[in-house]
Amino acid sequence: MPTVSFTRALERFLQAPPAVVDGSTLGEALAAVFASRPALKGYVFDDQGGLRRHVAVYVNGKPARDRVHLSDPVGPDDKIYVFQALSGG
Amino acid sequence: MAERIFVGTHKGLFELARSGGAWDVAATQFLGDPVSSVLAEPDGAVYAALDLGHFGAKLWRREPEAGAWRELGVPAFPPKPANDGDDPHPWSLGKIWSLEPGGVAGRLWVGTMPGGLFRSDDGGESWSLNEALWRMPERRQWTGVAGGAQPGIHSVLVDPRDPADIRIGVSTAGVWASADAGASWRLINRGMYAEYMPPERREDPIVQDVHRLARCAAFPETVWCQHHNGVFRSTDSGKNWHEITAIRPSKFGFAVAAHPCDPDTAWFVPAVKDEKRIPVDGKVVVARTRDGGKSFEMLRSGLPQRHAYDLVLRHALDVDASGRMLAFGSSSGGLWISEDGGDSWTMPEIRLPPILTVRFSAA
Repeated sequence: MPTVSFTRALERFLQAPPAVVDGSTLGEALAAVFASRPALKGYVFDDQGGLRRHVAVYVNGKPARDRVHLSDPVGPDDKIYVFQALSGG
Repeated sequence: MAERIFVGTHKGLFELARSGGAWDVAATQFLGDPVSSVLAEPDGAVYAALDLGHFGAKLWRREPEAGAWRELGVPAFPPKPANDGDDPHPWSLGKIWSLEPGGVAGRLWVGTMPGGLFRSDDGGESWSLNEALWRMPERRQWTGVAGGAQPGIHSVLVDPRDPADIRIGVSTAGVWASADAGASWRLINRGMYAEYMPPERREDPIVQDVHRLARCAAFPETVWCQHHNGVFRSTDSGKNWHEITAIRPSKFGFAVAAHPCDPDTAWFVPAVKDEKRIPVDGKVVVARTRDGGKSFEMLRSGLPQRHAYDLVLRHALDVDASGRMLAFGSSSGGLWISEDGGDSWTMPEIRLPPILTVRFSAA
């Protein structure tokens, strides 16, 4: 099962420990995390369920290809990392 | 007079209290994070809205007794219908821009970018979008604020005599009114003009860039407006407006505070008009009228009068329930407090981040 980890920058606001979850796509894996931690969802998704513009999601060290539908396939050993997209400074 | 001042800044929330006769920081919270709105209720509860650059808008509450902060539910837009593709504004919360008590136990109103108005009836635990306003076809004519694409509701005025009677100010879309607690809305402002618009649209109510509205609590028919190109006053709850041309040293600005008891008294913090947005001649002054706008005094005592470039944003000036205490903060982090209606000002010996909002505690 894939592992989803979150930036430690979120610890100021709420708990966001790494989670090992079911899911064969990026979207399914994130949905599984938010099912158990609903407060976390609003930090990552906007009101329409899309990734926030300034949130980055990497799979095994590479940016997710589909930021709209989160359809990137993920396997049991994959590492998903959610963090703030840096824009300089 | 008020005993606490809450200052929301680009880098956290600062709570000021008197200490040995002087105002000083008594507590800090959310250091490093932008605080876009704050509200301190009479029961001691404090609400703070965060505008997190990466993770969105959030809302927190400090309980009256426990003093612990916890995150509340945040206003959220419903799913955007598939056939609403031509809506120019996003159906997603951008920023909580105004936070006001609703005049009924537990009720709060939140004005947001991109122009959604939300209501809570349970002290901020849950929120519902005011669908009547959001679904008005005219809402698509609202235009963005401060160079951005999103319009914003910056002022929510609830009639102290009737919690169902509400006015909102929108940048940029004029003044809207509801007489039925938000079940229906009308664009009501007449008499304003927008000097920057093409001639045929200058007096169109919906293009009026009202920067901020403030109403006299004891005489709610009296409403003051700092508009993009002038100061206006209404004595019929925002329907008809007349320009106040005596304002000095300039007619541009963002902030206005209305005296809670005297409908003829209000305060403004003018600046050089729009393309510069700095104090006139580098001097910070507060303009006060006590005769309904016929004349203004330039209040300077204790304010910087040399090379000062402090801009006061629309939520960064407040007056307390007595009408004697005022406070305002600037985009340069300056904070000034008056305990004599603005005649003289003092600056606490602190250096704050850029100030977004200043609010006296009602407790």
